[in-house]
Amino acid sequence: MLKVEIDGREVEVPHGSTVMDATNKLGIYVPHFCYHRKLSIAANCRMCLVEVEKAPKPLPACATPVTDGMKVKTASGVAKKAQNSVMEFLLINHPLDCPICDQGGECQLQDLAVGYGGSSSRFEEDKRVVLHKDIGPLVAAEEMSRCIQCTRCVRFGQEVAGVMELGMIGRGEHAEIVAFVGKSVDSELSGNMIDICPVGALTSKPFRYSARTWELARRKSVSPHDGLGSNLVVQVKQNKVMRVLPLENEQVNECWLSDKDRFSYEALNSEERLAAPMLRKDGRWEETDWQTALEFAVKGLKDFGVLASPHATLEELFLAGKLGAPADFRLRHSDFSGDGKRKGIPWLGMPIADLAKLDRVLVVGSFLRKDHPLIAQRLRQAAKRGTQIHVLHSVDDDWLMKIASRKIVSPAEILNSISSFSDILKGGKNAAILLGNFAQQHPQAASIHAAAQAIGVKVGFLGEAANSVGGYVAGLPSGGGLPEVLKKKALLLLNMDPQLDCAHSVAGAKFIVNLSAFKSDVGDVLLPIAPFTETAGTFVSTEGRVQGFHATVRPLADARPAWKVLRVLGNMLGLPGFEYETVEQVRDACLAGREVAGLLSNEISGIRTDAKPVQGIQRIADVPIYFADPLARRSPPLQRTRDAQAPRAWMNAKLMQSLGVKPGGLVLVKQGEGEAGLVVAQDDKLPDDCVRVAAGHASTADLGPMFGAVSVEKITTQQAA
Amino acid sequence: MTMLDYGPDAILMTGLDGGNWRLKDYEARGGYAALKKIIAEKIKPEDLIADLKKSGLRGRGGAGFPTGLKWSFMPRAFPGAKYVVCNSDEGEPGTCKDRDLLRYNPHSVIEGMIIAGYAMAATAGYNYIHGEIWETYERYEEALKEAYAAGYVGRNILGSEFSYEMHAHAGYGAYICGEETALLESLEGKKGQPRFKPPFPASYGLYGKPTTINNTETFAAVPWIVRNGGDAFLALGKPNNGGTKLFSVTGHVAKPGNYEVKLGTPFAKLLEMAGGMRGGKKLKAVIPGGSSMPVLPAEIMMKTDMDYDSIAKAGSMLGSGAVIVMDETTCMVRALERLSYFYFEESCGQCTPCREGTGWLYRVVHRIETGHGKMEDLALLDNVADNIAGRTICALGDAAALPVKSFLKHYRQEFVHHIEHRNCLVEKEIEPKWGRAGAHSPSMAKAA
Amino acid sequence: MTLSVDSMKKIDSEVAKYPADQKQSAVMGALIIAQDEKGWLATETMDEVAGILGMAPVAVYEVATFYGMYNLKPTGKHKLTICTCLPCGLQGSLDAADHLKARLGIDFGETTGDGRFTLKEGECMGACAMAPVILVNNKKMHDYMSNEKIDVLLRELK
Repeated sequence: MLKVEIDGREVEVPHGSTVMDATNKLGIYVPHFCYHRKLSIAANCRMCLVEVEKAPKPLPACATPVTDGMKVKTASGVAKKAQNSVMEFLLINHPLDCPICDQGGECQLQDLAVGYGGSSSRFEEDKRVVLHKDIGPLVAAEEMSRCIQCTRCVRFGQEVAGVMELGMIGRGEHAEIVAFVGKSVDSELSGNMIDICPVGALTSKPFRYSARTWELARRKSVSPHDGLGSNLVVQVKQNKVMRVLPLENEQVNECWLSDKDRFSYEALNSEERLAAPMLRKDGRWEETDWQTALEFAVKGLKDFGVLASPHATLEELFLAGKLGAPADFRLRHSDFSGDGKRKGIPWLGMPIADLAKLDRVLVVGSFLRKDHPLIAQRLRQAAKRGTQIHVLHSVDDDWLMKIASRKIVSPAEILNSISSFSDILKGGKNAAILLGNFAQQHPQAASIHAAAQAIGVKVGFLGEAANSVGGYVAGLPSGGGLPEVLKKKALLLLNMDPQLDCAHSVAGAKFIVNLSAFKSDVGDVLLPIAPFTETAGTFVSTEGRVQGFHATVRPLADARPAWKVLRVLGNMLGLPGFEYETVEQVRDACLAGREVAGLLSNEISGIRTDAKPVQGIQRIADVPIYFADPLARRSPPLQRTRDAQAPRAWMNAKLMQSLGVKPGGLVLVKQGEGEAGLVVAQDDKLPDDCVRVAAGHASTADLGPMFGAVSVEKITTQQAA
Repeated sequence: MTMLDYGPDAILMTGLDGGNWRLKDYEARGGYAALKKIIAEKIKPEDLIADLKKSGLRGRGGAGFPTGLKWSFMPRAFPGAKYVVCNSDEGEPGTCKDRDLLRYNPHSVIEGMIIAGYAMAATAGYNYIHGEIWETYERYEEALKEAYAAGYVGRNILGSEFSYEMHAHAGYGAYICGEETALLESLEGKKGQPRFKPPFPASYGLYGKPTTINNTETFAAVPWIVRNGGDAFLALGKPNNGGTKLFSVTGHVAKPGNYEVKLGTPFAKLLEMAGGMRGGKKLKAVIPGGSSMPVLPAEIMMKTDMDYDSIAKAGSMLGSGAVIVMDETTCMVRALERLSYFYFEESCGQCTPCREGTGWLYRVVHRIETGHGKMEDLALLDNVADNIAGRTICALGDAAALPVKSFLKHYRQEFVHHIEHRNCLVEKEIEPKWGRAGAHSPSMAKAA
Repeated sequence: MTLSVDSMKKIDSEVAKYPADQKQSAVMGALIIAQDEKGWLATETMDEVAGILGMAPVAVYEVATFYGMYNLKPTGKHKLTICTCLPCGLQGSLDAADHLKARLGIDFGETTGDGRFTLKEGECMGACAMAPVILVNNKKMHDYMSNEKIDVLLRELK
């Protein structure tokens, strides 16, 4: 440890600390712009210049290493003079029109100018003009004259997102931030650049000029999307969600959010919201009142099953499981042979933050970057520090991190390929196998699980959805789970677009009660429920963290929190145990005093691990990031990104040749009863005799399961016409 | 061919006729004898460095840091790649000596770099050459090929255990890359933006590996020192200022050019070698060490000797050895305007004070030069310069500020005259005979 | 609009100068080679260089815009760059620049109507003692450029 004196106060910091680390430890604020604790040190803004005893000139606190016995003054005459002069330089070319800037009120430059800026300017020349740029649907670069060239956004891309979407071109006074000509900025993490931009240069395109920061009420919430459980600040104005920002939680999302977490709120105010209960009469939907709708629903719910979304709350899932019907939430899974053979609830197998401690990781069957953007980010940082990342998958997408080894095989070969990583993993001191969404949705998921366990290192599940762990905690699956549910003539659906969110067809049901936040054409009665911002509830994240949240706004129109709807349905069905008054009571009943940590286990036993060969062409189905749940797929800005492009039939050159097709041509993909006409695209990294066709999209919804044999045939132009 | 004349004291630039730059010519002049001697006698790197320290050789690029001491910082035992880098990105206005070294005597630089590699146990050496002198870059590459073919570079040099690769890298129009850490960034294929120090290149240099960077002329002096001994080199100059130095004498002299003289030679002597003042005009001012250094009035310069310590004592710095001579007809406002434009144009844009301040300085000087200045501008200039100097990552900020401060200090009356009379004390009217008044519009026409 | 085999070979030899995991170091050389072939650096040319070296396209763009000698727009057949820095200015380069402007009928940053010449103002070229100096297409340097020598040069550059 090194002893350093700052503004007369002594503090001890470890070797390698900077002056900024020491001031942070003491809670002394040193003004800064380019410094960000998650980014590399640039030391370019010069705002954090401080006086260091014996140094001939002021030094930047962010970059100056502490030496033992160092004496630093952060607010002495020398330091203040330096800081004030830097502020003057920053302002000479910066527009001084804060009242018309979108960042006004939450601008670091504006805030610091109050303390360090002059009351008038000595600069009489023309100010620099930097042209605005269109860099895509998420981030606005409309006012680049406001940029102070701190390069936080550039470093974020290089270091955190793993892809350099923005760069600073030119030099000197002409230096400016740009994306490459014609490229949009929409990697799955790009929205974070808005947060880290200290001025009004990069702003949120959907939010821009819709509210002032001081008009917004800030309410804590939890992301309903992937299994990470990102902590959110939902910002509200006049009962409307205006913006979602990260709530810093070092253990979970650090200070970041995925773009899905950040921009999905735009669906909350969409035209597609279901505002009132609806009944299908003679094939047409008619609005009705709650009482009529509920009575109608109850009448039809005889010998029924329940399908609930893994994005539903713990309380909703709990009540859905108590309706006296078989129920399940694993909508995209296809192998249920592990039920009853697991020792506990499958989970990450470690705290999220412990991913950083692994030295060797095998990720099996995961579209990691898109399915788990912030877990990918953590592994990216780990890889930089030397963690070996190995991949076993059926596609070879770029994870923007160093991959130590990879094995790309057809879905049917995944199972038998796991053991080939045995020596690599056993060579590590703290190795783990992480099973991704693809591995969990695989028709041999239980065998894959068992084969991973057989290696003898840690095994973890990357939770597909916000409540992939919570569903089990809520007591699901029940009554035999999904296979039994699908046998029923009547269904209750909770919070999903069944053709898109469920890998299994619900077409066999004669009567469907559909609890949905959005308009739908599925079912006989539609009951409008509140999305996560309009209800209280709990998500149990992939690491088993129980995170409760409150409603941030009142439900839209006639929508009601789903737990209340389910409670009423329970009452009307004459079931016992539905007397809850508050959501807390439901949660307490669900948890029944149990600690979630004690329920978690990735141990499995009694599973055979024989591979089942598949004949013919195999389907590889990803669920693209912005098709993955009802909210994301209705967010207009997310739907304008590159990741929201319509699915194509991806295949390697060999398969294209044998089918006689070329990129851009059309093929008809048939699976089971369904078919889809798709544009061909080439990806030579795909295994032979495989076609990658995404799920979660209307154009492929008619296809059968996400795995298995498909037929692919060329569509001639005449047929297409 | 007639022999090139760099002066009677030349040791680096002697025996050259402009065409005898090839390996055989260099060997005929005693070239590569130093390397052969080191290999044959298995001279210990420590001993080489000790002799270098004795020689008093100081960095010829601008900062004047003792070379032997710099080499001793290199962690020789560090496993893996270690680099030697030659800084031939000569772009400090007034400096044009390295170009002559590289085009007329390239093997002296190559041999010096090989010896450096040997002394510091480096694995490779890169020479970063100013992009504008492309023909010189090509010649250097040609010379390097010869050295490879002769077994002086590459694997197991001259049959020894020592292996060392060498390559040339062309700059392409960025003055800042003459700053050693910007040069490293540029070598890595990035924008040439200087790095914050620490860490210093000796511990974290090219690709994060230990690296030592020296100027072209510094390397060129090394073979001579090995052949003749550190004492002999020191004896050529003065204590703490060993050897000879190439000075580029430019501006209002009869014979602008490069002259190699012993350190400590009086400025008056150097001026005489350059043919004296052009047209018999009177000497007014000299920038003795490249455009980044403070200007000195004639009366001070004529009493000053050309070595690191003497020029420092006189209030400026020897820098790169670029001596810019100005006669009595020179308008110092216009001279400063052109210098300020250079730093404005060449600021890398990384640090706030330099990115914003260099443009501000230039625009205010431009205003004064074109007759639109105010008296307050003088204090403003001085203060803005103060606010840039010492507040940036690299020395370009200082380089932009020092000329402003020194011009104002020594030639204030000319600035005052421009402001008060809206014309020039020297040229009587504001008309751009030289300089760059009116050459461009300083506002952001491009963006608008 | 892809680079020629010859250019690709030259780029390969640039790449060979640097450690195997440091291909990016060759970006300046690769851009010089690409510019020599194409005359200037179009977006697709920079994209191609990015692909060859495994760099983010915007990182290539950063480099191309940072260094003053890359042409981000097409130039005339002969790009003439004349240094006007202080030492050169003291030695007559401003007169030479005026002469060039008058002879070509264009200002700095402009191209003659027939597309033959582009005139650029340069910063220090490291050849101050030989002023005035004119660089042709970034490669060939002409020094001691009196008005007479400029006239000869302009005649020779067809």
